[in-house]
Amino acid sequence: MKPPILRVDHLRATVAGQQVVEDVSLEVGTTGVTALLGRNGVGKTSTIKAILGLIERNGLIEFDGERIDREQTHRIVRRGIGYVPEDREVFSKLTVAENLRLAERDLTPNRALVEEIFPDLTARGQQAAGTLSGGQQQMVSLARALLNTNRLLLVDEPTKGLAPKIVAEVSDALARAATTVPILLVEQNLQVVRQLAETVVVVEGGRTVYSGAAHELLDNDELVMRFLGVHAADGAEQHQEGAQ
Amino acid sequence: MSTIVLLLVTGLGLGALYFLVASGLSLIYGLMDVLNFAHGSFLTIGAFAGYELSRLLGGDSWWTLIASMILGALVGALAATATELLLIRPLYKRLIEQVLVTVGLALASVALFEGIWGTDALFTQGPAFLSGTTEILGARIPNDRFLYIIVAALVLIGLIAFLKFTRYGLIIRAGVENRSMVTALGIDVRKAFTLVFAIGGAAAGLGGVLASHYFGYVSPQLGGTLLIFAFIVTVIGGLGSLAGAAIASVVVAVFQQFANFYLGGTGDLVVVLLLAGVLLVRPSGLLGKKA
Amino acid sequence: MKLIDKAKASSATPWVVGGALVALFAVLPFLNIMIPGVLPGPTYTPGTLQVLALCMLYSSLALSYHVIFSTAGLLSFGHALYFAVGAYGLGIVLQETEFELLPAIGLTIAAAIIIAGLIGAVSLRVTGISFAMVTLAFAQAGSVLVSRNSHITGGEEGLRLSIEHVPSFLIGVMNTRNLYWIALLLLIIVFLIVTWFERSRAGHVVVATRENELRVRVIGIRPFVVKHLAFVIGATLAAVVGMLYLLLQSGAAPRITTPDFTLTILVIVVLGGVGSRWGVVVGAIIYTILDQRLTTLSGSEIIQDLPAILRIPLSEPLFILGTLFILVVIFLPGGLAGVARRATVRSNPLREVEAQPDEVKQ
Repeated sequence: MKPPILRVDHLRATVAGQQVVEDVSLEVGTTGVTALLGRNGVGKTSTIKAILGLIERNGLIEFDGERIDREQTHRIVRRGIGYVPEDREVFSKLTVAENLRLAERDLTPNRALVEEIFPDLTARGQQAAGTLSGGQQQMVSLARALLNTNRLLLVDEPTKGLAPKIVAEVSDALARAATTVPILLVEQNLQVVRQLAETVVVVEGGRTVYSGAAHELLDNDELVMRFLGVHAADGAEQHQEGAQ
Repeated sequence: MSTIVLLLVTGLGLGALYFLVASGLSLIYGLMDVLNFAHGSFLTIGAFAGYELSRLLGGDSWWTLIASMILGALVGALAATATELLLIRPLYKRLIEQVLVTVGLALASVALFEGIWGTDALFTQGPAFLSGTTEILGARIPNDRFLYIIVAALVLIGLIAFLKFTRYGLIIRAGVENRSMVTALGIDVRKAFTLVFAIGGAAAGLGGVLASHYFGYVSPQLGGTLLIFAFIVTVIGGLGSLAGAAIASVVVAVFQQFANFYLGGTGDLVVVLLLAGVLLVRPSGLLGKKA
Repeated sequence: MKLIDKAKASSATPWVVGGALVALFAVLPFLNIMIPGVLPGPTYTPGTLQVLALCMLYSSLALSYHVIFSTAGLLSFGHALYFAVGAYGLGIVLQETEFELLPAIGLTIAAAIIIAGLIGAVSLRVTGISFAMVTLAFAQAGSVLVSRNSHITGGEEGLRLSIEHVPSFLIGVMNTRNLYWIALLLLIIVFLIVTWFERSRAGHVVVATRENELRVRVIGIRPFVVKHLAFVIGATLAAVVGMLYLLLQSGAAPRITTPDFTLTILVIVVLGGVGSRWGVVVGAIIYTILDQRLTTLSGSEIIQDLPAILRIPLSEPLFILGTLFILVVIFLPGGLAGVARRATVRSNPLREVEAQPDEVKQ
């Protein structure tokens, strides 16, 4: 078995003096989707940010066998990590085309692929990103990560607040991406998790409390209730409250 | 009527100077969250460089003036770049210290200028055209004002073009909105920081040369006096917004001119009240990002 | 445990040391101590007492800023305004009215409280850099008012102290020692008031507000009230110091109304160490001495004999101060207090465990 593309060991992280990640350990294989699950506020987004060096962190983080826990964010990203942040974080005053251009790292970005998956974006190239709908902004955010040839994608709650139809589109786009690049996916929508993930890692109170095959957890209603506070079957509707 | 025209045009002329200083301040704060107290010194050193060059070449030809403007901009850019690389960059992510270090630099640099050039004003000389006046709509307008307005307009256009059409311009525009996301795209923002300092320094240095002609002299305190107005303009226009700085420069300067004329020299006071007023109604300035 | 280790660990030690220093300073005018290079003459001479009194005034002024900047976390660029309100205010009252000194002082304090209250209420509607700019703007307005109304304020020349209603024991070179003692007394009072405020409930709340305003709101306290209180206290103390400054210098100069002066106070607080009262006091003393002596030093032969490239910068006291400040900010971010803390921690591990009462978390 190939070594994992990402290995995190006893990660701790703080934001403004507050400990937001206590002790997280996980591995992401070189293929497939690993889902990072947990209730609101347990530290999933902070884990992603800590891996990227966006917040203060301590502990071992290895990307493709090399330590990145002391590196600056832009260097880490240049190693081939794509990031789709929670709340999209597109640059609202820039146009769609400019948002994408800014994200291009490689000499020959995958423009064709992006245009194929997101035809709408090409049409709206000159539109200011701030005037797009939530779903369209999510597409921009995803497209940014898919433009480059990455060896890992960190995707944080991509379906948050989106209408079911858009959720399906996002999910399909991710499935498509997952055929070529491993993904660490933070997601509250269990239906999406079921569709995409092979492995799951559960975080509670800033610590990893479970990791294993996705269907083992998702088929176990008791575990799902304990860790996530929802019924295994309800996961989808809960998440879509306040949908677009 | 002619008075109003005169006040408007001289206001624009003064506003041009404010803009040259405020544009850099605004971009630096917008991108880096640093309030650069040493910005006045970039202006002063540019002014002195221009002054020395014009003394060398003989003061009253257009070529001398243009050469001193270019030199002033270069020297300002150099000073700003050195400041960023030596003092600001080592303090990356230590924001309060970055601001404090610019305070120390402001103190030390003004003292240094006084040591080199003395504390008295040194008079400048420019092409004869600048001392003359032109009549527009019945108002006799000093010709130098046209120079400042044209230069500032060119700088504004140049900056807008730079921001819109170059990659670094794109990075800066994005960085002003969301710096950490820019780094998360794999871009090293620190290079943009140095660039923004250099651009600000160049504009300030150029503004310094022009200011030395506007006031008729150079002195070590030249930058300091203009800096306060530049700060006020930057905050009113909105920290981080180039367009805001441009609009606010004109508004503030014109207000100042009118107040000075119609309200007995209270221009300075009115500007300050304007600042307080704008901030209370719109805390982030006219067009700025949230402070 | 040895006595010296016990002393290093105890939190009462700074107070004991401080008390001893106060006693020492109180009797200085009777002593004949010379510190050549630092003090202009023996400690019983009016010239030296003037410098020492100025040190203590600046310490009090820096402490008044400490309340606003360090404790409440408000970056004010207009602190000089309140100092000037005290100095110019008292000077104008004495000049234009027939009030005796004490009523004049009372009137000025009342005016200072009202002005600070109003400006604070307006300024605190915004936070962060905007707050800093509004305070700067108000101070600038004050500066402009002073220079424009030169028939009352003396304009560029400054305001001269009118002595008709001032008791004679405060006037004249020979009575400098009286002003010296009053300055010492004022420093003690200001220090105690600042300490009292920091340890009071309001003080704790304002520190909490500085750290995390949202949390304070959630428990039902309005941050504005405590911030306003801190602001008014700091400003009023500055005004009181200003009044003594007027008496000590026999006048007031427009320089004290400028933003540069506020920046000087900021420099002192940072040099001493943000968050430390003792550091601020020491920082002010060092600054005042440096300010006084650097002028003499820079004119001295040692400097004048240097080649131009060294001589020119070193002849300018502010250049040395500015450079020193930059070095402190980069290499010693905790200021003098930080250096002292690290030194005592190294020599006694117990000190690290002990909570430091006068250190407020950054």
